[in-house]
Amino acid sequence: MGELTGGIGPAAARVAIIQVEDLVKRYRKGKTNAVDGISFSVQPGEFFALLGPNGAGKTTTISILTTTLSPTSGRVRIGGADVVTQASAVRRQVGIIFQNPSLDMNLTGEENVRFHAVLYGVYPYRPQFRLMPAAYREHVLEMAALLNIEGDVFRPIKMLSGGTRRKLEIIRSLMHRPAVLFLDEPTRGLDANGRRNLWEYLRGVQAAGTTVFLTTHYLEEAEGADSVCIINKGRIVSFGPPSRIKAELVTEHVLIDADDRERLRAELLTRGVVFAETPLFRIKLDGRSAHQLLKAIDTPLSVVTVHQPSLEDAYLSIIGKADE
Amino acid sequence: MSELGPVLAIAQRDLMKLLRDRPRLVTTLVFPLLLIGVLGGSLQANLGRHLGFDFLAFTFTGVFGQTLFQTTAQGVMSLINDRENDFSQEMFVSPISRYSIIIGKILGESLVALPQAVAIIAFALIVGIRASATQFGGLVVVGLLVCLLGGAFGVLVLSNLSSQEMAGQIFTFVMLPQYFLAGIFNPIKVLPPYLDVLSRIAPMRYAVDLGRAAFYAGRPESARVVLDSPVLDLAVIGGMFAVFLVVGTALFVRGERNR
Repeated sequence: MGELTGGIGPAAARVAIIQVEDLVKRYRKGKTNAVDGISFSVQPGEFFALLGPNGAGKTTTISILTTTLSPTSGRVRIGGADVVTQASAVRRQVGIIFQNPSLDMNLTGEENVRFHAVLYGVYPYRPQFRLMPAAYREHVLEMAALLNIEGDVFRPIKMLSGGTRRKLEIIRSLMHRPAVLFLDEPTRGLDANGRRNLWEYLRGVQAAGTTVFLTTHYLEEAEGADSVCIINKGRIVSFGPPSRIKAELVTEHVLIDADDRERLRAELLTRGVVFAETPLFRIKLDGRSAHQLLKAIDTPLSVVTVHQPSLEDAYLSIIGKADE
Repeated sequence: MSELGPVLAIAQRDLMKLLRDRPRLVTTLVFPLLLIGVLGGSLQANLGRHLGFDFLAFTFTGVFGQTLFQTTAQGVMSLINDRENDFSQEMFVSPISRYSIIIGKILGESLVALPQAVAIIAFALIVGIRASATQFGGLVVVGLLVCLLGGAFGVLVLSNLSSQEMAGQIFTFVMLPQYFLAGIFNPIKVLPPYLDVLSRIAPMRYAVDLGRAAFYAGRPESARVVLDSPVLDLAVIGGMFAVFLVVGTALFVRGERNR
């Protein structure tokens, strides 16, 4: 896969908020390229997901886009600014949630937020919360109400749960109203409830117009993305909307079984139905409806499961083929 | 965008970390007092009358400079710890200049060192070391300069490190020899040539010597204790500060991005 463009054609690509061209990165002691000539673009307001196995190059890519790592070659522009020569301009436009928590455990939630706000010039420096401008104090109290941490926002971060800390990081990273929010495995370490809550909040962020760039191991998180880019061994192996990736690569199938497996096997063979025993009888639908198929079978069935492809199926299929 | 606010915010963070860490606060205040009281006291009792000057006061001025220098250097090197915990990424992905981050860090760690300076001077008064308000005031001013130099030195060392573990190992290696080469506890008015060369390239020498120049100004023992003129000490400190800061910051930032 060479150059891949998000959006709907050359016109969209011209106003892309993230443009990556032939990006290569080889670490100083690396024997191979961690990122090996990838190209893609992301449109404003898009939800873009970068997927791949461990070591695929996801964190390397996001580190370069967020100016914390320099590329070996290639060109990356965020909001029109080059990440190498105009790093400061890029930093003003992006918010970042790192893979590892980046809150200072010695500070309270409010102090962490205040630190960020001052660093980005959103509010002037004041040594205490009560001396900060009214607009800031209101913002913090609103944020605390949203997270249900009104009582905890002025307590040290270590008192808060992992999920709440993550939400605090996201709110902190949005204080300077970035055009792009980078999320590097944002739900890592959270339980299912924490992940769900966090994603409810992120959907609101994206709906408000912020471009969201996500890397994740949880493929269900990428199901709602506008574009999915699958990277393996530093190269893009698939790109497009989740629906297209799923449709092109994985077909629906039905899993059936019967108490009298011999009879079922014989019937399927007689009818010319192609199947695989996995150990259940797996039959590709290939455009047929499950109802049609099952109606034609006389043998009483004990198991019937219709399997629709998920992004995870597509992903595993793609990565498996890429590894071959 | 004015970067004074971010610099102050970075500095305040370091001070708050100290004030909220009671064990660390106690340790940083007590250790230099032990050095002065125990080491200085025993050396004074056993060697003082042969040297012709108060060894306790000599140790006090040495430990004063060493403590401030080392505290700020070590504090700046905690950026390594921040990096491993990803907090420094929060600073380094912000749009402020890299120099502002480093200067904020140096300023913050200088604020962390100041309670130690106060404690050391208070202890000196308690154990009977006498000096005028001007002399103590001069020492405090020198202390601020020493903090800046220590911080810049910390940046230079930091730029060559990749982990907290390495920082701990290297720190002893670059600090401990300076204790002796700077004459914190041991007079170094006369040194063999090879040690004299090493002493003259040790930043802590000039930090300690400038403090002694301020403290011993106008006293008869000044000639036995002070090594170089204060003007030379100031010039070297200023030059080292500029070089360490510029080179150290450039190397550190490049090392952050060019992995």
